[in-house]
Amino acid sequence: MAASANPEVKLLGIWFSPFVLRARIALNLKEVQYQFLEEQLGTKSDLLLESNPVYKKMPVLIHEGKPVCESLIIVQYIDDVWAGSGTTLMPTDAYERAIHRFWTVYVDDKLYSSFLDSIMRYRTDEAKAEAEEQAVAALQLLEETFDKISKGKPFFGGDTIGYLDIALGSFLGWIRAAEINGLKLLDHARIPLLCAWAEKFCNNEAVRAVIPDTMKLAEFTKVLRSSYQNRLPPAK
Amino acid sequence: MASEKGVTLLDFWVSPFGQRARIALAEKGVQYEYKEQNLVEKSDLLLKSNPVYKKIPVLIHDGKPVCESLVIVQYIDEVWSDKAPLLPSDPYQKAQARFWADYVDKKVFDCGTRLWKLKGEEQEAAKKEMIEILQLLEAQLGDNKYFGGDTFGYVDVAFIPFTSWFYTYETCGNFSIEAVAPKLVKWAKRCMERESVKTLYDPNKVYEFVCYLKKKFGVE
Repeated sequence: MAASANPEVKLLGIWFSPFVLRARIALNLKEVQYQFLEEQLGTKSDLLLESNPVYKKMPVLIHEGKPVCESLIIVQYIDDVWAGSGTTLMPTDAYERAIHRFWTVYVDDKLYSSFLDSIMRYRTDEAKAEAEEQAVAALQLLEETFDKISKGKPFFGGDTIGYLDIALGSFLGWIRAAEINGLKLLDHARIPLLCAWAEKFCNNEAVRAVIPDTMKLAEFTKVLRSSYQNRLPPAK
Repeated sequence: MASEKGVTLLDFWVSPFGQRARIALAEKGVQYEYKEQNLVEKSDLLLKSNPVYKKIPVLIHDGKPVCESLVIVQYIDEVWSDKAPLLPSDPYQKAQARFWADYVDKKVFDCGTRLWKLKGEEQEAAKKEMIEILQLLEAQLGDNKYFGGDTFGYVDVAFIPFTSWFYTYETCGNFSIEAVAPKLVKWAKRCMERESVKTLYDPNKVYEFVCYLKKKFGVE
C-alpha cells in the first residue's frame, strides 16, 4: 500500500524511526492515502520546526493543514478521524482500552530504554549484557501480557492489529536488526507467543509495505552507535 | 448509566498524580473508597494491583485495576461519560488535549524535582527550564478560562495538582511564578474554586513534605 499524494494528509518522517512507523502502519490499516515527506538525517526542515515547535521531532501528521504530534497520539487520532474506514485500532471496551494504554506506557518506558541501552548507549560489555537482560525481561512480561489479553487470537488487539500491537510491533525491525548484530531477544524458547505474533505482525500487508529493511537497519545501528559514543564525555 | 459500585483508589496524599484521579472522580460525582498507601512498606493490595510499577495511583473498579494517572483519568472520563466530559469530542481538539497533558507529564514533575533537589548551577538550570515550561503552558492557555476552553478539562486535571508545588518551586528556586506566568496563576486560582480541587490544594503541606524529603536525601 504505497503512500499516494493526497495533499490533505501529510506525514513528516524518516525511514528508520519506529515512531514514524507507528503512524504509517495506522494510516495503512485505515486505508488512508497520504503524502510521506521524508526528512533528512541531521537537519530539520522548516515544515517540521513549524509543525512541531515544542519537540521538533518526527512523526508529525498534518491533516488539513493542522499538525498532530507524538506517535501514539497520532495513532489514536487516525483511529478517531477515519473511524468508518479499515479496521478499528482501539479496543471497544473501556477497560481493555485502559490495559492497552498502560502497556504502551510500559513499552515506551521500560522496553524502549533498555533496548536503546543494549544497542547504542552501553559503555561496557557488562552494561550491554545487563541491558540485553532487561530488554528480554521486558519482552517476557509482554509475553505474559499477550497470553492474557489476546485470548488465543493472533494479536493483542484480537483478530486484527490494534493499538498495542502497533506500539510494540513498530520496534520489531530494530529488534531483528539487533539480532543480526548479535543480541538474542526473540528467543522462541522464552517468548514463543511473541515470536509467533512478531511473524504475523511483520507479514501483515499494512506493515510489510513500510517496515524498514533489517539489513539496512543493522548497518545503520552501527553508525548510530559510533556517532553516539563519539559524542559522549569520557567515562569516569 | 455506568455502575458506581466498588470503586477504590490507592493513593498517597501529596501525589499530584493521585490528585489527578481524585479530581476526575469528584468532577464525575463518583463515590469511591480512598485508601492511603504506605510507600515505604507497600501493601499487598498495591503490589497485587500494580505488580509492574508498584506505584500509586491505582484505580480499582469492580475488582479490576487501572494504573498510570492519565490512563486512569481517560478511563474515568470514558466510563462515567454522562457527566462533566474531560476530553473534547472533536478528534483534533482531543489530540491537542492529549499532547499538552503528555507535555505536563514529561516536563513538570521531573524539572520540579531537580529544582528542589539540586543546588548551584544545576538548580539554576532547572529553574530556567521550569520558567520556560510554565511560559509555554501559559501561552497555550492564552486568554481561555481553562485549558479546556470554557470548561474544565483533561489538561486542567493533568496540570492543576502541580500548582500546589508552585510555592515549593518558588522558595527553593528563589523566583516568583506570578512574575513570569501571571495568567497561569490566575487560572490556578480559578480552578481552586472548584469543589473537586479546593480541598486538595495545600502548598504549605507540600513544602513541609519536600523539606522532609530533603533532610531524608541529605540535600541542603
